[in-house]
Amino acid sequence: MVYLSKSPWILHYDASSCNGCDIEILACLTPRYDVERFGILNTGNPKHADILVITGGVNEQNRSVIQNLYDQMPNPKVVVGVGVCACTGGVFKECYNIAGGVGEILPVDVWVPGCAARPEQIIDGIVKALGILEQKRAEMSRAEAGA
Amino acid sequence: MITILTAVAFLIFAPVIGVLVSGVDRIITARMQGRVGPPVLQPFLDIAKLFEKEKVGVWQAPAVLIFLHLAFMVVTGLIFFGGGDLLLAIFALTLSEVFLVLAAYSTRSPYAHVGAGRELIQLIAVEPVIIIAAVGFYMVTGSFAASDIMNYSGLPVILLPGIFISVVCILTFKLRKSPFDLSTSHHAHQELVKGVMTEFSGSTLGMVELAHLYETVILLGIIYLFFVGNPLLAILAIIVVYMLEILADNSTSRVKWLPALRGAWLITLILGGGNIIALSLL
Repeated sequence: MVYLSKSPWILHYDASSCNGCDIEILACLTPRYDVERFGILNTGNPKHADILVITGGVNEQNRSVIQNLYDQMPNPKVVVGVGVCACTGGVFKECYNIAGGVGEILPVDVWVPGCAARPEQIIDGIVKALGILEQKRAEMSRAEAGA
Repeated sequence: MITILTAVAFLIFAPVIGVLVSGVDRIITARMQGRVGPPVLQPFLDIAKLFEKEKVGVWQAPAVLIFLHLAFMVVTGLIFFGGGDLLLAIFALTLSEVFLVLAAYSTRSPYAHVGAGRELIQLIAVEPVIIIAAVGFYMVTGSFAASDIMNYSGLPVILLPGIFISVVCILTFKLRKSPFDLSTSHHAHQELVKGVMTEFSGSTLGMVELAHLYETVILLGIIYLFFVGNPLLAILAIIVVYMLEILADNSTSRVKWLPALRGAWLITLILGGGNIIALSLL
């Protein structure tokens, strides 16, 4: 059954992005790219989401927020880091308040580098994440059947 | 016998019709916004996915209450399409909504609580019209039984134009469409995270969505009753009414709860009440 990858709902969190990548993510929802074609919805609610999309590097103040959002999402779930800041901290890496990329606190499944990441790249990253999501679901149902 | 058959048919085909209506709704909405939109069966894929997800929840209460919400929604449909008492169906529908509100209150989330409060306000706005509609059907056909109304040969809408218009207005609340999507919103619009649905996830949310499919079919069934003498005209009316709802959804912004409540009651009082008074004078 492949329902999960046909209806991935996204939770977008702006960690400490400059808003460049956020605007590109929102561009994916507009008529030009229209990701709802693939059943992708932007939910804004961790309890409904399947994919956590994070832009920007993690700072010391939102470390716990990101962890909390991740913990609230029901399994199976994947994390996509969008933009070079989410990957490594980018140009903000050496700032006093930046902890680094999202990988510092969460197990990130797909990295989408770029400054800012283009909508095509973001959609490509999400599609890659769908494969991983499906894999995790299969593992989960195997574990349930075994237990 | 026929009524039992229609009730069983409702149980099986209502989700199918609901998925198709909801899927076409999403495509038309997307086209109105200049987008392509999802496949027609997307609502089915969404619900199927929700049942695949992990069950998270601190305790059982919300899931049980949501199950009762779904169960009483189905009971409403069975009474309504089985030819039972219209008033009984309306009370079962209200009970079903109350279970949804209780489920949201049982989660202890501030967003869900505000959503639940707004859901109650919507209930207060909607109930009078639906009861007035039942009274109107009684005055026209002489019976509260859905089976008798379904056997009525004329068009009740000719005698009930005011009530019909108020029911169409109230449908916007029930279908969770703008400008009256106070408690939670259709499509991916956000209202207080997700309002009354904030804390439901996985199969619990799936049951809410399934109940909404049943509810949509029941509401369109009420529209059908207004044109019961002419099935072809009735289906045409349902399509036109639903198109108007989609148009309203895409061309209006959400109003505050007080204007929504006042508007609903004003329409009910003037058009619905006026219609009843005019009928009693005839």
